[in-house]
Amino acid sequence: MKTREKTSTIAVKLVIAIVIAIYVLFPFFLVVINSCKPTDMITANPIGFEGVSIPQLISNLKDVINNTHFLFWSAFEYSVIITVLSLVLLALFGAMAAWVICRNKTKWSTVIYFTFIASMIIPFQVVMLPLISTFRDVGKFIGIPMLQSVPGIIFAYLGFGGAMTVFILNGFIKGIPMDLEEAASIDGCSPEQTFFRIIFPLLKPVITTVTILNGMWIWNDYLLPSMMLGQNGKVKTLPVAVQAFVGSYVKQWNLILAAALLAIIPIVILFLFAQKQIMEGMIEGAVKG
Amino acid sequence: MGEFSVMRKTASFGCLIAGLVLMIWGLAMAIGKTGNTLRGGALVVGAVLFFAGLYLFPTFKHHRTIVNIIFLFPLLFAFAVTVIIPLVLGIGYSFTDWNGIKMKGFVGMANYTRMFKQPGFIWSILITFLFVVFNIILVNLVAFLLALLCTSKIKGLGFFRAAYFLPNLIGGIVLGYIWQFIFSNVITKFTTALFDARYSMLSETKTAFIGIVIVYIWQYAGYIMLIYITGLNTIPGDVLEASSIDGANATQTLFNIKIPMIAPTITICTFLTLTSAFKQFDVNLALTNGTGSVADFMGNYLTNGTEMLALNIYSTAVINNEYAFGEAKAVLFFIILAVVSIVQVRISNKREVEL
Repeated sequence: MKTREKTSTIAVKLVIAIVIAIYVLFPFFLVVINSCKPTDMITANPIGFEGVSIPQLISNLKDVINNTHFLFWSAFEYSVIITVLSLVLLALFGAMAAWVICRNKTKWSTVIYFTFIASMIIPFQVVMLPLISTFRDVGKFIGIPMLQSVPGIIFAYLGFGGAMTVFILNGFIKGIPMDLEEAASIDGCSPEQTFFRIIFPLLKPVITTVTILNGMWIWNDYLLPSMMLGQNGKVKTLPVAVQAFVGSYVKQWNLILAAALLAIIPIVILFLFAQKQIMEGMIEGAVKG
Repeated sequence: MGEFSVMRKTASFGCLIAGLVLMIWGLAMAIGKTGNTLRGGALVVGAVLFFAGLYLFPTFKHHRTIVNIIFLFPLLFAFAVTVIIPLVLGIGYSFTDWNGIKMKGFVGMANYTRMFKQPGFIWSILITFLFVVFNIILVNLVAFLLALLCTSKIKGLGFFRAAYFLPNLIGGIVLGYIWQFIFSNVITKFTTALFDARYSMLSETKTAFIGIVIVYIWQYAGYIMLIYITGLNTIPGDVLEASSIDGANATQTLFNIKIPMIAPTITICTFLTLTSAFKQFDVNLALTNGTGSVADFMGNYLTNGTEMLALNIYSTAVINNEYAFGEAKAVLFFIILAVVSIVQVRISNKREVEL
């Protein structure tokens, strides 16, 4: 009796789970089918399969990819370059800084650490306006453009991502026994050798976490690149390109959804391959942050 | 103690001097406004050479300190230029008539007093708070229920977790446009058929606000669910077993065991939903762009019915070109966020102790 009751509640729960999954995934389904239709078919019936055809999908995608406001390949390339370089530099410089802060208990390291933590509450809106003027002036002063440039935006991500990166890495480094470093130093390792040969390799799991958290943020970020790169500049990331494209094509839904599809595909593919790491990374980042 | 080779000494001093010379040359050109395009390169190469010289500096005693400085410098420099300097400048600019490029003079508190006389801004603050309250309650409730579902004994748990989390991967701008399509093209089909209501939810302020809440839950609940699942999994199995032996039913177990035991998780999730809802910008921009009419608020007709704080600041500064005014609003936003976060953490800590 009791077991039958249990199987029936489990069955009910399974049905609920399936219904919710359909609800959650339905928007993705709509994006896919409506990217395969001409505009008039979408207005006629947005949830049906009438008008769906692969040639139509290819034609929509072609229109979007070659659109001068969107330029998918260029935006995709810039997004990848900016995200990857920012992540590599954040991981390297973040680990270096976190190690120094963690292993030197001086007044200065404490001040730096708490400045980092306190800065995490600062909303981007407070700094974005003076940031643009500072970057413009610095760029003019030193003769290297900082706005509408890839190095400029990577530098900005280094500054904005630094605090959280150091905070999470610091928590991990604290747990590494000092004996390890002392032994290395007795064996004749210089401090930088100790860091690069012994500490840095041990940080692999926590660097994965930090990279996933920063990666999700940088890849999807809209406000910072839109302020720093502008809507009409040569350098655009994917979210900025989507916004520029939609702004220029009012209500051409088949093209807008095809653009959305192109913007979604890379990250969904990545998720299929690294699902476990991404979900675990997001959880750990939240629990430690 | 070994001796340093002549070569290392030469290299160190050579790099230090060359670096300094290059940097001074670059700075002199920058200050002299000669327009020489080499000055940026000179500065960067000079700085790198200087640090290389510092690294090779022939000392045993101070080597550790030098390494510390070199290790800290890149991140701290970027942090100072992108966060600290703009923050200080921004707070300063909020008391001036800065227009994004230059300022003519100080205006004292004028920007701050002006914003409280602007009904549209007061409205933005109010609906932001409303949005935050809705989200803290609804996102946490939905996420917690999903977590209970995803820790039960149903099949395909891995699939369901991944599926519920999926919307969180996609950026707010793209999500916003997808849902704009759904609200104005798909849902209107049903409402036309059922109630003969042909207008999109997004065209009316109240329903558009509900629309933003729906999209936000859809995007965020899956992520918060993952954190609740982790929390629920930390409850030891024997505690649950003991409670079932003692005859506790599912509801009793939920309220007397599970919820008290995951109090720290609830704190984390409340904090996350609170701060992220406050800063909400992308979905707001893409879904409604802040539009929506309000017939009468403080005796005024408003057209920014769904414009939340972050978007209001953006449009004040970037769209209307009132940089100093926008910056003053941003400073207030910062203060509100700081106060609310601190209060929330305090309350949660207290409650955790009580539980």
